[in-house]
Parts: sequence; structure tokens; C-alpha cells
Amino acid sequence: MSDAARHEALIDALGAELTPVRRLLPPWRRALGWLLVVSAIAAVLFMRYGASTMLHRWDALPDLGVGACAGAITAITAALASFVLAVPGRSLRWAWLPVPSALLWIGASGLGCLRLHLPGVPLVDIHATDDCLVFIVSYSLPLSALMIWLIRRACPLRPVVTAVMIGLASAAASASLLEICHSYDATASDLFVHATAVAIVVAVNTLMGGRLLSRA
Amino acid sequence: MAAAQAGDQRAYTRVLNDSVALIRAVARRQGVAVDALDDVVQETLLTVHRVRHTYDPSRSYDAWLAAIAARRAIDILRSHGRREQREVHDEFAFDTHADRDDASAGAERAEEAQRLRKAIKTLSPGQREAVEQLGLKERSLAEAAAQTGRNTGALKVNLHRALKTLRDRLHGES
Repeated sequence: MSDAARHEALIDALGAELTPVRRLLPPWRRALGWLLVVSAIAAVLFMRYGASTMLHRWDALPDLGVGACAGAITAITAALASFVLAVPGRSLRWAWLPVPSALLWIGASGLGCLRLHLPGVPLVDIHATDDCLVFIVSYSLPLSALMIWLIRRACPLRPVVTAVMIGLASAAASASLLEICHSYDATASDLFVHATAVAIVVAVNTLMGGRLLSRA
Repeated sequence: MAAAQAGDQRAYTRVLNDSVALIRAVARRQGVAVDALDDVVQETLLTVHRVRHTYDPSRSYDAWLAAIAARRAIDILRSHGRREQREVHDEFAFDTHADRDDASAGAERAEEAQRLRKAIKTLSPGQREAVEQLGLKERSLAEAAAQTGRNTGALKVNLHRALKTLRDRLHGES
């Protein structure tokens, strides 16, 4: 059988088993679905902890507020980039979308530990930073798993970049959720723990998520 | 492709036939050797079939197809690279060890293998996948299920049907 005939035979076989398919929703709508789940968790945390502690910290130290908002924007942009990159034919440049907000997030959080600490707000001790690590990692895992499950319905041809974006989106979302119930001023050790948690989540996603997505 | 997504078979076979030239061009651009171009075409067509729901009619079909073809071309290049690393060419062994059978038996075996390969390529995608995963790559049912996303029952049924088809086809030819 010649190669042309081989292709024809395969095309005929594929044509014979063709069934109508439901088209994938646009990436922004799929990202919105994931962000709604994050918003629902945020709503539950607000009901449990209220917004006063968070707003008091932001009011006294605007850089904490800027960092938290940049973290939330990173979660949104990284989620959108993940869903866009999972569609064949979309530009790799989408991977740059969360970079400015991620830099602002890291920068504002980093500056937070260099200035004087807020009177009246307790400084974090090393045991509490463990809780931060556990919080970020344990919220990130289900959020990452949900996004991987959603993205596997598309066709991520660049599994590793997509997995990095998923990790960044989940870690940023979890750190933003932590902000709601985080009653401490920022310190270097606290920031270090947050950065470690984010790095763990991104690394685990890159290793595991890359494999889970590479079926496409 | 938009019509194919809605189930139009004629539009689908036409768009796939028209896609072959672009897939070959993309594979060539990626540096795939001429004798492997058709493997890229086959793999790309199978992927297109599996992920046809991801095509957005408001965007370029060519860009969508080219991205899939480029990915499959890289996969083929990698698998060829791995094979070259694993397999050694020992000229001394070839020269000093006589073939166990005569030349015609070897040629006959090669011909049989060729016929089997061709027959496998004409199987339906599901059956072909089962043969490739369970037969050629020697994966366990669980591994194959994880790899393909199908359940083990479907894989078993596909393998069974594939073997029956192959048996009929090969016996029918000889």
C-alpha cells in the first residue's frame, strides 16, 4: 500500500467513525469557571474570618494590599494563560501575561519585610509560618488538580509551560485566600515560607502536571 | 472543519485530505527525514480526530493544524533519536555470524512484518491504539488505560476486535 493510499484508508476510517462534538468553550469562559470556584472558597473564608483584619493591615501598610491585589491578578492572568495555552495554535507569548503582576506581587511582598513593623499587629513566629506553608500547599493541590482536569479536555501541546502556569495560578490563588485569614505582619521568614510554598506548588505541577497533560 | 465538528463526514474527509500537504510541509520544516514524513501525517491525523473539538471556527484552521503537526513531528524526531541511541550497529558481528536461515526466509519474514505493519495502520484508531499499546509497546492494561484515557474493558474489546480483523485480513491476502 503506498503512503497516499495509507492516508486515504486512515482518513476514510476516521470519517466513518465521525460523531458530532461539543466545541470547547472559549478559554476566558473556562478560566472564569475555575475562578468562580476560587471565589466561592474566598466567600466561605470571608464569612468565617470577616474582612476587618485584612482591611486593617492593608490600611496601615498599603504595600501589603498592593502585594495581595497583585497576587490575585496573578491568579487571574495565570489561569487565563493556562487555558489559552492549552488550545493548539495559540501563541506562546500568552505565557508572559502573568509576569508583570507576578513581579509586582513578589516585589511588594519583598518590600513589606524591609520596612518597620506595624505596631499592634503580632509578628509571625516560626510555627505560624508552618501553618502558612500547609495552607498554601493544601489549597493549591485541589485547585491545581481541578485545573489539570479541566485543561485535559483541551489539547495542551506544550505541557510543561501550561503546567507552570497552572502551578502559578493555583499558588497565587491560595496565597490570596491566605491573605483573608492571615493576621500577621510580613516578616522575612514569613515571606520566605510563602515563596517556598509557591515554589513547591509550581515545581510539583511542572513535574506531575507536565506528565498528566502530555497525553495530548 | 466547523462542519465536521457538527458531524458532516464529507466535509471532514475533504478537510483531512487537504490537510496532508500542510502537515508534510510543517514536518519538513521541523527537520523530519523524508521517509518519516508519512508517519507524522498519520499521527497528526489521529490527533486531529481526537482533539477536533478544540478547533475554534473563528480562528485560523491552518495555525491550529500546524501546531498539532509540529508537535507530532517533534515526537517522531525524539522517538527516532531514542531508537538510534538504544540500537547499536556492530559490523564485526554482522560479518562473522552467519544467518541462521537462508536469505529467502529472512526476506519472507520481512515481507510478513511489512504486511502486518500495513494491516495495523489501516485499523480503526481505537483498535490501532489497543494494538500499539498492548501488543507493540507491551504495556500492561493499567498502563495502557492511563496512557490512552480509555478504560481497560474498552481496550480489551478493541484489542480483541483488532486481532480478529488482522487475522481475517492477513489470511484473506495469503
